[in-house]
Amino acid sequence: MKIDRRGLLAVGGSLACTTLIPFKAIASETDEAIAKFTGGANIGTGGITLTTPEIAENGNTVPISVESGKASSILLLALGNPNPNVATINFGPLSGSRMTSTRIRLRKTQEVVAIAKLEDGSFTKDVKTVKVTIGGCGG
Amino acid sequence: MAKGVKPRIKVPKQASAGDMITIKTLISHKMETGLRKDSDGNKIPRSIINRFTCDFNGENVVDVGLDPAISVNPYFQFNAIVPESGEFNFTWYDDDGSVYEKAKKITVT
Repeated sequence: MKIDRRGLLAVGGSLACTTLIPFKAIASETDEAIAKFTGGANIGTGGITLTTPEIAENGNTVPISVESGKASSILLLALGNPNPNVATINFGPLSGSRMTSTRIRLRKTQEVVAIAKLEDGSFTKDVKTVKVTIGGCGG
Repeated sequence: MAKGVKPRIKVPKQASAGDMITIKTLISHKMETGLRKDSDGNKIPRSIINRFTCDFNGENVVDVGLDPAISVNPYFQFNAIVPESGEFNFTWYDDDGSVYEKAKKITVT
């Protein structure tokens, strides 16, 4: 097989794409927080809805809400904050639909991640990007 | 104990057995992140509420672990199922060791 310049570039380009995406999305602290919550289990998608505003004018208080039909606990992370942890919500036997709304701080435009642990022990997640006009960490 | 901490809770007064009700809670608290600096450039130490729980007649409804990314005056809205008349107990745990408690009664008809 003859390797020409055009073919080489195409291969290189696709390789760069596949390796760059996971790097960009996950920082080490986030990794740690997720690993602590899931114990290294695979995270699926679907069955969880994270509702955030598309644009938050004030990063000091961004209203978010998360719902997951069969979750026993939900981990909230903000990937662009100095500390990615936001909250861990554990649902008890008397909680109704597994939803909660709260208000969070976001330093800059970033992805907010919600990971739910379902009652059968599996994990699922939802990711939303929030554009922040004024950051909310006071620095 | 941090100054000016006041919990506010909204629970319906009445419900039918097995109904799902919505609860809203808010506690006034400055939620100092520990990242801010004062005018002299010294770090302001972290002072947040780090845990919030809600129980109904001794059974857990929600148990939330809070991090500094939760806004000033932490607000939570969630649902609960009420099997019988009783009392909701809400508890907030402060970084400085203080515990703030409030209870709300509900009548099930």
